[in-house]
Amino acid sequence: MSLMQVSSPHVHKPASSVQQVMKQVLLATIPGILVLTWFFGPGTIINIVFGSALALALEAWALWLRGKDYKTPLRDHSVIVTATLLCIALPPYSPWWLIAVGISASVLLGKHVFGGLGYNPFNPAMVGYVVLLVSFPLQMSSWTEPRGIGEVPGIFDAFVALFATSSYDAVTAATPLDLFRQNSGMLFDDLIQSKAELTGPIAGLGWDWVNLAFLAGGIWLLRRRIFTWHAPVGMLAALTICAALGYDEGSSTGGGSVPFHLFSGATMFGAFFIITDPVSSAVSNKGRLIFGAMVGILVYLIRVHGNYPDAVAFGVLLLNFAAPLIDQYTQPRIYGADKVEVDE
Amino acid sequence: MRQIFDIHGGIHLPERKNMSNPGWVNDCDMPSKLFLPVTQHIGAPARPVVKVGDTVLGGQMIAEAQGPISVPVHAPSSGTVTAIEARAVPHASGLTDTCIEISLDGKDEWVGCEGLVNWRDETKAALLECVRLAGITGLGGAGFPTAVKIGSDRGRDIHTLIINGTECEPYITADDTVMQCFAQEIVEGAEILAHMVGAETLLLAVEDNKPEAADAMRQAAEALEIAEVVTFPTKYPSGGEKQLIEILLNAQVPSGGIPADIGVICQNPSTAIAVRDALIDGKPVTHRVTTVTGMSVKDPGNRRVMLGTPIRALLENAGFNADSADRIIHGGPMMGFAVTDLDMPVVKITNCVLAPTRSEISPPQPQQACIRCGVCAEACPASLLPQQLYWYARAKDQEQLERHNLMDCIECGACAYVCPSHIPLVQYYRSAKGSLRETVKERARSDNSRARFEARQERLEREAAAREAKRAARKAAAEARVKAGDDPVQAAIERAKAKKAQQRAE
Repeated sequence: MSLMQVSSPHVHKPASSVQQVMKQVLLATIPGILVLTWFFGPGTIINIVFGSALALALEAWALWLRGKDYKTPLRDHSVIVTATLLCIALPPYSPWWLIAVGISASVLLGKHVFGGLGYNPFNPAMVGYVVLLVSFPLQMSSWTEPRGIGEVPGIFDAFVALFATSSYDAVTAATPLDLFRQNSGMLFDDLIQSKAELTGPIAGLGWDWVNLAFLAGGIWLLRRRIFTWHAPVGMLAALTICAALGYDEGSSTGGGSVPFHLFSGATMFGAFFIITDPVSSAVSNKGRLIFGAMVGILVYLIRVHGNYPDAVAFGVLLLNFAAPLIDQYTQPRIYGADKVEVDE
Repeated sequence: MRQIFDIHGGIHLPERKNMSNPGWVNDCDMPSKLFLPVTQHIGAPARPVVKVGDTVLGGQMIAEAQGPISVPVHAPSSGTVTAIEARAVPHASGLTDTCIEISLDGKDEWVGCEGLVNWRDETKAALLECVRLAGITGLGGAGFPTAVKIGSDRGRDIHTLIINGTECEPYITADDTVMQCFAQEIVEGAEILAHMVGAETLLLAVEDNKPEAADAMRQAAEALEIAEVVTFPTKYPSGGEKQLIEILLNAQVPSGGIPADIGVICQNPSTAIAVRDALIDGKPVTHRVTTVTGMSVKDPGNRRVMLGTPIRALLENAGFNADSADRIIHGGPMMGFAVTDLDMPVVKITNCVLAPTRSEISPPQPQQACIRCGVCAEACPASLLPQQLYWYARAKDQEQLERHNLMDCIECGACAYVCPSHIPLVQYYRSAKGSLRETVKERARSDNSRARFEARQERLEREAAAREAKRAARKAAAEARVKAGDDPVQAAIERAKAKKAQQRAE
């Protein structure tokens, strides 16, 4: 027999791998995707299928260009997670070139330029999203009307939309956050009353259910210990506090109610699927709490005072810049760092 | 009931302890040859005091301690010294060490051993000398000389002695077995140790996965007033000295310090027995109880084995199947190291020899990129940030490694165990620690030379200044004389003139 020379520890936690982590994140997005599909049709699923296939091809190409082994890293599913998260954030029925530009930006600019998985300072999905948002604002704001207001497109429409040379001409409507931003002169409650899109049980029609579904997926991930509670709780708490402080009984220039902010747009999706990306966020638990809270504050400020309807992507990217600084000041106290006397 | 405290992090491991049938000890067959390394402890190697060809008896000292931190080595049985040469020994470094080879005659004749009549009548110094001469080191795994640990000046105000029967590594049941079979001896040894260090409290700590051991200890310690058996939840690495102190006393050993700094000393149960045997029976450390286990041995269990027995002989004694194993681990699966040579001897720190099958402990999986998920930080019992240490270790950023307290890593392996990317984190830390130690040494050396250089500069300047001051004083004095009409030059001229005038007059 030849004796194997390996360093301790010799045992490893069973069934624990990057693949497993990524797989569980993907599984946790399913409720959110299903609710999106219910309210807006199969557009999101088509986005994801097309985006993931393209992302895999781009990752293989990038790895080959970088002279790396391009088979093993493909199996870690991380690029599929990036593509799925980006495609969930895109409007359903986006044209293929929009998705392609976004995925290319995510995979190449967001990830491989910096050295691939684990080396990216920014959240790759959000890099792709922001590139699209600043380049193609029109296409990025064309969400279709939710079930209950308009006709939900079918699978055929989805394919037509994907490969149409011109922009897909389905009936598009402003999202609740758009309506809120464009509001001029109406009291908050009147605004809610006046638009069918804004009259869901908690917040905007459909969007509250989408947020609840992502919240459910996020809580499942939390229970599976894929991430700790610090970043999501930090973000949601900060957003709640900001909304509560800024709420002025619903004047026309006010900041919107707490449930409106918590259950609109990408709040829950951002809190549990975007800011929890470990690579680009702060490292320690305290750091992640601060990271999340800062994102929450930025989301509120940009939503209420900024130029864009939603703000998770900008908030996250700005905080990605700040993560190393946060790490510098949030190192945990180690065992034995200061002397403790024993009482005997 | 004593209150128990929790530590940060830690992990729950599959224990696999029942495999080695704790609670039973068999003698390992006497091998034909023993290989006794002169360094079975932390510190200076012992110096052989026998020559090739000498006959030795069991219990005879064959190598003597050299220097303050060192322990002697004794022959475990009678025979002839047949070689003194460098051989592979169990050590994480994989280095060789001088080994005294004894060919046993099988008669197992011993020198006469005589213990102290009453250890309570002896001075502390005399007791310490007994412990030192008996070659006792920590038998739990680290191998620090026991006499040094309990005789240290830093341990002046010891209030608590902890007998550490935690044994939190999977597979190993040597301490469990010793506690079940020799509870009385442990308590006797612990009482002596407590007396020696002046501890008022004696805690016998047992993890709650060893109820039989805890019961045995409770029974044995009943009569001893200062003793208390404490059980606490099973979690790795509760058996780490620092972790155990936090669990039992809710106190932390200061970073860079030792338990004695906060008045605590920890000892392994087998070490307590060794102290008892040395003082009461006059016997040195020549045997130990070792777990031999893993699915590659047919008859796993605990063996009382002579120090110096080749690991191969111990494995064969347990029915070793060489075909199914591809690594042999000295120690446990979390902190033990891979054996490089089966002829390596069992030494004082060998608490386990593990022979797993390939499916039982599979070869390491390929390393993937760190995604900073942070499960390592959740598992770290020292509250370090293993993911950051990993990045800084790879970047060789020593400033950040120091800032992130690399030296406080206890190398327990909890981080690497949970890492989803299968990064051999501990390996990175060990190597980074090595270079950091070098740098610190280098820094101390250069600081030292700088201090000496500066001191010399200062002295030279001081001397120059003193000379200058003296000259200035002389000058000032001369000038003062001139002012007072007492000009030495003028006086000399006058004298010369007077002399000339006198000559002319003559």
